[in-house]
Amino acid sequence: MTGHAHLLYRHGDSVVHRLPAHVKVTALLAFVLIVVSTSRQHYLAFAGFAALLAVVAVVAQVPPRFIATRALIEVPFLVFAAILPFVATGERVDVLGLSLSSEGLLAAWNIAVKGTLGVVASILLAATTDARALLLGLQRLRLPARLVEIASFMVRYADVVASDLHRMRIARESRAFEARHLGHLRVVAQGAGALFVRSYERGERVHMAMLSRGYSGAMPLSGAAPATRSDWATAAALPVAAVLIALTLEVLR
Amino acid sequence: MTVQPSLDVKGLAYAYPDGHQALFGVDLTVHRGEQVALLGPNGAGKTTLVLHLNGILSGGLGTVRIGGLEVRPHERAALREIRRRVGVVFQDPDDQLFMPTVRDDVSFGPANLGLRGAELDQRVGEALAAVGMSEHVDRPPHHLSFGQRRRVAVATVLAMHPEILVLDEPTSNLDPASRRELADVIEQLDVTVLLVTHDLPYALQLCERSVVLSGGTIVADGGTADVLSDETLLAAHRLELPFGFDPRSVASDLSA
Repeated sequence: MTGHAHLLYRHGDSVVHRLPAHVKVTALLAFVLIVVSTSRQHYLAFAGFAALLAVVAVVAQVPPRFIATRALIEVPFLVFAAILPFVATGERVDVLGLSLSSEGLLAAWNIAVKGTLGVVASILLAATTDARALLLGLQRLRLPARLVEIASFMVRYADVVASDLHRMRIARESRAFEARHLGHLRVVAQGAGALFVRSYERGERVHMAMLSRGYSGAMPLSGAAPATRSDWATAAALPVAAVLIALTLEVLR
Repeated sequence: MTVQPSLDVKGLAYAYPDGHQALFGVDLTVHRGEQVALLGPNGAGKTTLVLHLNGILSGGLGTVRIGGLEVRPHERAALREIRRRVGVVFQDPDDQLFMPTVRDDVSFGPANLGLRGAELDQRVGEALAAVGMSEHVDRPPHHLSFGQRRRVAVATVLAMHPEILVLDEPTSNLDPASRRELADVIEQLDVTVLLVTHDLPYALQLCERSVVLSGGTIVADGGTADVLSDETLLAAHRLELPFGFDPRSVASDLSA
């Protein structure tokens, strides 16, 4: 592995990859706000939003398969949405011989379409922005320094904690332990407790190492490139196009 | 004016808040440019002593001076200078390297000292070159091998231009090749070194002088070859040479 690869990141060199992270985050936030504030019955508008994201994906050279597999995270929400037409009350409609609530159908559509658009847009951001750039971007957007620090430690130590966990599992299994029934939950829970204590102690040691190098409350992450006007203009294309679609349909109604 | 010793510890005693007393009056002087090994079995108080050198632990008796400046944990400005002067490399590089990239991590110390821009970049470049890790400047620490992480950890404190470099068990978990690479790095550094270890051959290779800390006091101080040849001393303080290792013949090879 090279660079600051995380699972969601797809290395590339496109206009989208090159935009500064804080510009991309702002554009994503604006886009999502427009999507959620569009009335759920503007079906065409959602088709338009989806088309916009498709354009971004093409420009960023992110293949559909890459997006689809990562969008699976959304499945629990979709399942919840799929239940709504069956349990919601109100006027019923017949679909393929099933009696469904029309209000429920609309609510399910609302959740599914807005959720999917948001998830896909976020995946596009993550696919084109490495972890460090994202942290710098959040810092530039004046996210409280403590939160940026916490996120940065998470990026740094996720692997360390995961390999601790992995080693503990191997150690258990090497002594012929297999989690076969609920009674074994106790062992697994003790493992989780031990991992917590270990991580806590590591936190103390890291803090000591930070103090030893003169840490006095501010984390000097450096090197965020300032955004140019053309960066902002490029990134604004997505939310502006989304607004235009929404407004045009409003006028045509 | 005489040159102040890099490290001057006088009558240092310390008990942890739970009542466990770790140090019972330690006296230790290390002169500028010396490379000294601090030997001792597990639980001898080595790490406790190290944590006193830069004021992380305090509150017991005695004084610690670094290049003439006394460690007083309640004076913030002085403490910052102390932490610049004492570069501690901790045992586990995963504790020491906590930033997203090697560059960020090596900049952390000097940036805390107020350096910015070109001067900061220069410090980072120098420090990484000194440990032979220049080409890894943009990689995240967790993608490096263990030996590489250890060398980057050394760079993170070298970048602060310390008066004294303190290495806490630098060879633990290293394979023989990484161990040798680290020795090459330490040997060519032009800085006072306190090497805290129970790896006795490593002490003999790198340090002319050794002190033995056991039960919270210094029980021996002398030439490394002499200390390691004193079998009764080693046996009394749970220090053991590897099988077949004869410090006298190795020392004569080294000096030849």
